[in-house]
Amino acid sequence: MVPISAYLIVGVALFAIGTVGVLISRNLIVLLMSVELMLNSANLCLIAFSRSQNIMDGHAFVFLVLTIAAAEAAVGLAMVITLYRNRETINIDRFNLLKW
Amino acid sequence: MIDYTSASIDFALLGPEIALLASAFLILVTGYVKSLGKLSPGVAFVGLVIALVLSLNQWGNQSSGFFGMVTCDDFGSAFKVIFTLIAILTLLMAHRYLSHKSLNRPEFYALLNISTMGMMVMANSTDLVVMFLGLEIMSLPLYVMAGMARRSPESNEAGIKYFVMGAFASAFLLMGIAFVYGASGTTDLRRLVTDYHYIVGNFKLYLYSGVAMILVGFGFKVGAVPFHSWIPDVYEGAPTPVTAFFSVGPKAAGFAVLLRLFVFGFAYIGLLSDVFWVLAALTMTVGNIMALRQNNIKRMLAYSSIAHAGYILIAFAVGGDSAVSAAMFYLVAYALFNTGAFAVLVLLETRTGCKSDFSELSGFSRLHPYLSSVLALFMFALCGFPPTVGFFGKFYLFSAAIQSGFIWLVVIGVMNSFVSVYYYLRVIKVSFFDQPQQTFVPVTYSPAIIVVLLITLAGTLGLGLFPQQLLDISQSAIFAFL
Amino acid sequence: MTEYLYLIPILPLVGFLINGLLIGRIPRPVITLIGCGSVALSLALSLSLFFELKALPADSRMIEQVLFTWIVSGNFHVSMGFLLDPLSAVMILVVTGVGFLIHVYSVGYMHKDPGYGRYFTYLNLFTFSMLTLVLADNFLLMFVGWEGVGLCSYLLIGFWYHKKSAADAGKKAFIVNRIGDFGFLIGMFIVFWQVGSLNFVDINAMAPAAFIAGGSLITITCLLLFVGATGKSAQIPLFVWLPDAMEGPTPVSALIHAATMVTAGVYMIVRSNVLYMMSPDALFVVAVVGALTAIFAATIGLAQNDIKRVLAYSTVSQLGYMFLACGVAAFTAGIFHLMTHAFFKALLFLASGSVLHAMSDEKDIRKMGGLKKYIPITYWTFLIGTLAITGIPGLSGFFSKDEILWKAFSSDYGHPVFWVLGFVTAGLTAFYMFRLVYLTFHGPERMDDETKSHLHESPKSMTVPLIILAALAIAGGWVGMPHILGATNYFEHWLEPVMASGRNAVDTHALMSTSSNAGMEWSLMVASVGLVLISIFVARMFYNKKPELATAWQKKMSGLHKLLLNKYYIDEIYGAVIVRPTVYFSLFLWKVVDVVLIDGLINGVAVVYNDLSESLRQVQTGRVRTYATWFAVGVVVLIAVFMRG
Repeated sequence: MVPISAYLIVGVALFAIGTVGVLISRNLIVLLMSVELMLNSANLCLIAFSRSQNIMDGHAFVFLVLTIAAAEAAVGLAMVITLYRNRETINIDRFNLLKW
Repeated sequence: MIDYTSASIDFALLGPEIALLASAFLILVTGYVKSLGKLSPGVAFVGLVIALVLSLNQWGNQSSGFFGMVTCDDFGSAFKVIFTLIAILTLLMAHRYLSHKSLNRPEFYALLNISTMGMMVMANSTDLVVMFLGLEIMSLPLYVMAGMARRSPESNEAGIKYFVMGAFASAFLLMGIAFVYGASGTTDLRRLVTDYHYIVGNFKLYLYSGVAMILVGFGFKVGAVPFHSWIPDVYEGAPTPVTAFFSVGPKAAGFAVLLRLFVFGFAYIGLLSDVFWVLAALTMTVGNIMALRQNNIKRMLAYSSIAHAGYILIAFAVGGDSAVSAAMFYLVAYALFNTGAFAVLVLLETRTGCKSDFSELSGFSRLHPYLSSVLALFMFALCGFPPTVGFFGKFYLFSAAIQSGFIWLVVIGVMNSFVSVYYYLRVIKVSFFDQPQQTFVPVTYSPAIIVVLLITLAGTLGLGLFPQQLLDISQSAIFAFL
Repeated sequence: MTEYLYLIPILPLVGFLINGLLIGRIPRPVITLIGCGSVALSLALSLSLFFELKALPADSRMIEQVLFTWIVSGNFHVSMGFLLDPLSAVMILVVTGVGFLIHVYSVGYMHKDPGYGRYFTYLNLFTFSMLTLVLADNFLLMFVGWEGVGLCSYLLIGFWYHKKSAADAGKKAFIVNRIGDFGFLIGMFIVFWQVGSLNFVDINAMAPAAFIAGGSLITITCLLLFVGATGKSAQIPLFVWLPDAMEGPTPVSALIHAATMVTAGVYMIVRSNVLYMMSPDALFVVAVVGALTAIFAATIGLAQNDIKRVLAYSTVSQLGYMFLACGVAAFTAGIFHLMTHAFFKALLFLASGSVLHAMSDEKDIRKMGGLKKYIPITYWTFLIGTLAITGIPGLSGFFSKDEILWKAFSSDYGHPVFWVLGFVTAGLTAFYMFRLVYLTFHGPERMDDETKSHLHESPKSMTVPLIILAALAIAGGWVGMPHILGATNYFEHWLEPVMASGRNAVDTHALMSTSSNAGMEWSLMVASVGLVLISIFVARMFYNKKPELATAWQKKMSGLHKLLLNKYYIDEIYGAVIVRPTVYFSLFLWKVVDVVLIDGLINGVAVVYNDLSESLRQVQTGRVRTYATWFAVGVVVLIAVFMRG
């Protein structure tokens, strides 16, 4: 059997990749994908923990999180579209009217 | 005692939430029918009032249901009342502003109510997953509300910034919850407390890293430094009534959850006091220093809201019921005078071409002696001068901290409030003493906003003269969960 | 009548509310009636309560009226209550008495001002706050009054807000005072932490058990409270705001910045005399600061040419005397001087206001002169005030100043050096006050013709208060005559109950019964009166006699002219050796120490904060990725901290 630590390492690694993705991507769509990656790596950890302790709560939570992530993606994409209409770019670095 | 594993599906526990959700759905269904669209604010208002009454009814009723997912106690009920009051004040001040800016669309009211409902879900639970769910229900409408003004680049930008940072923070929060779940096999705070010897003994690493990330997730919502950087931009860019709502509503909800988590749930982690010490000191100092050189009042108030969050964080470092009830007192006080200050800004911005820059205030007092005095009073309350409630908020917090020996933290706090006097008084100085650059366009009142001003004014002064009642209430609310 | 105690502060509040809410809607006579009437009623009530208190036996002269419980939080209990005891009785009489006269005076002084209604609104609010401050039965309520008077001071200094200097001065006063308040607040917290109550009666009873006498905690507490006092009462190093505060209307300077508000610090220290008696170190600091402020401000006063600024520095100097008295544990003497000072300094300010009124608001004494014949009532009352402040025997200032000097010399906490400082200050005071009198009222008329044609005596509403205050400045000191003159010191007896608990706290009953060395006291008194007379004479030489003599002799004969020139040289040498260095030194103190160092320090802090703010703002780049980076750094640090813990 694969030990739980292996799942966790994958989960944390994906999470780290997602974090770095948010930090370095200029494209809003890539940024949204990175955030999704972070949420899903958390899902992976939840499932791994749930399996290793033989309790099913974790599975249920994952479905909840998937729903929330879908809602978040919907809101996010809608905002990206509005932004693109107004500014004709989705380069996140260009949005710095508000500062200091 | 409450039976925390009660399986009963008791919808009475969710009364206020259901009322808000129902009104929101009703708006979404009827709002786009031409003849019914105008009713949306009314529907939202009725929903909020029903939720307020139901929340007040829940006071004293301690029970649990839905397999322990929903817990009804006085702490939660008190916060529900606070949230509904904030939402009602926002609704009252928003209506005419939105019409003036051609933003008066039904979804605003639906979003307001759904967001308020999310706050209630947050405050009403002892389960981490339900808290997360509540946080998302609250936040998603907020992102949209920040970007409400679709044609304004600033508002767009505020929305996307809030969204990106918010989603980023929720990812950390979720990861934290996963780790705490991994350490303990549960997400229920009550079980985390009873089993903590076992958990700390065996899974300390998971638990601690999980708690750290949970702190990040909710620290983001309340604007603790270094998770604060979204606040100034979002507050400045969002439509002003929405900013008013942001600065008190989600903040109060974030603090409600933080109180449950860190004063009750994870209180046994000895390290927390030091962590909160540093967070509080950093938050109030950075907030105050950054506020000094702002030229836009909304942005100044954004930094000031960071500073005030820093004062409240003192209570987390101190712990104990007198500090926590002081924090709750402070939240209510802050909600009152901050909403009041924003209400004046909303009135000022309901004139064409106003962006709430400091310079726009010159000549204010000559044309509107009463309104400018009211603004001055809110500024004094923000400074923490007697006889406003702001003084007692700080007084209770600082004296609780002194009694527990946190002298240096109080010294930092007092010095910070001294610094803050500078930028708050600048508002008074400009509106009373500066020569007007151009003629001051008169403000026109609406009945709704006068009601908002009167309520916040009465609260700021009344509770400043008689703070006892509110303190009693917050103390009994605290006892309910400690 | 005692059940009406609460009405004393409430009446001016009612006046404030009526005038404030109906501002611009009611005619001036009604404003005047409400503004002055409310204070008059307070005064009447204060008088009747005073006599009622006097009728009680000495040790039961304390009336505490608790209106309601204000705050309860655990063991923390604060009531909204007023305390009338001999000390607060004196204070309310001073506040309502002098306050009423100044209200009446203002009717004449402000009659042309468009902000008439606003002025009386603020003035009533001030009276209310000040009465709350002195009648409060606990520190917290006192602090409410303390902040209230600070706010009114700010509003009234900046009353003519269209003048930039006035608005700036208001802000300066407010900010400097906040530094003091910071100390006051922390001191108050410590008192509560140790004693468990903020009520003065409780503190007096329990402080000896709660603090270790002479320990470091009580010293820190007292010093923190004293920081509050230095802010409000304009002592070194926080006195800088008071001279600038003269931008306000002159009656305001008289009421707030001379007679009442600035003495709040002295009152607060006397009110907490139990605490101070337990800390000789803190007393020593108070005495040193008081004595140094007294002499420091007096030397600055020598160099000023603005009539109100001279009086302002003189106020700082006289406040220094009061703190000196407190510092040598002669609290009674401090309050006594507070009272007499309220009379004569209010008189001097009001009279100077009358001068400005006549002079079309010209404040420079070099452009005055010879005003004596144009405004005789003002002249005579100003002269009485000057004689009182310089300490001419028989007038009020003499008795109080003499008592302070004697206590500074003879008290167990005193020291001959304190006496010397006070003694020199008395000489300097006499010199600059008479310089003021001579330059203003005597000698050639140096004003331009335009001003001269407008010279007129002030209306009755201004001169009558002047006359009454002049009477008080003469007779106000007779209640506290020294023992060696064979009289009874009523004032000391009256305040005895308030001071007794302080002495009991240190359990040395013999402490204050200074060895009655009558011979020494006589000689010190004669010495100080002698110095005062010499100083007056010198001032007369310099600013009155000499220029006239010089011109006269020059015309008559050239032989004696040389002699006179020689004499003139002597004067010059005399001036070069003594006066010029003093003037330069005081200029140095004013220009360098005051303006550069102290103002610079305060402004410097502001500049540092501003720069910090400016550079920190750059961190907020407006780019989400920067924010996310800060966020991630925070997360990493936080997780690292938790992992280690």
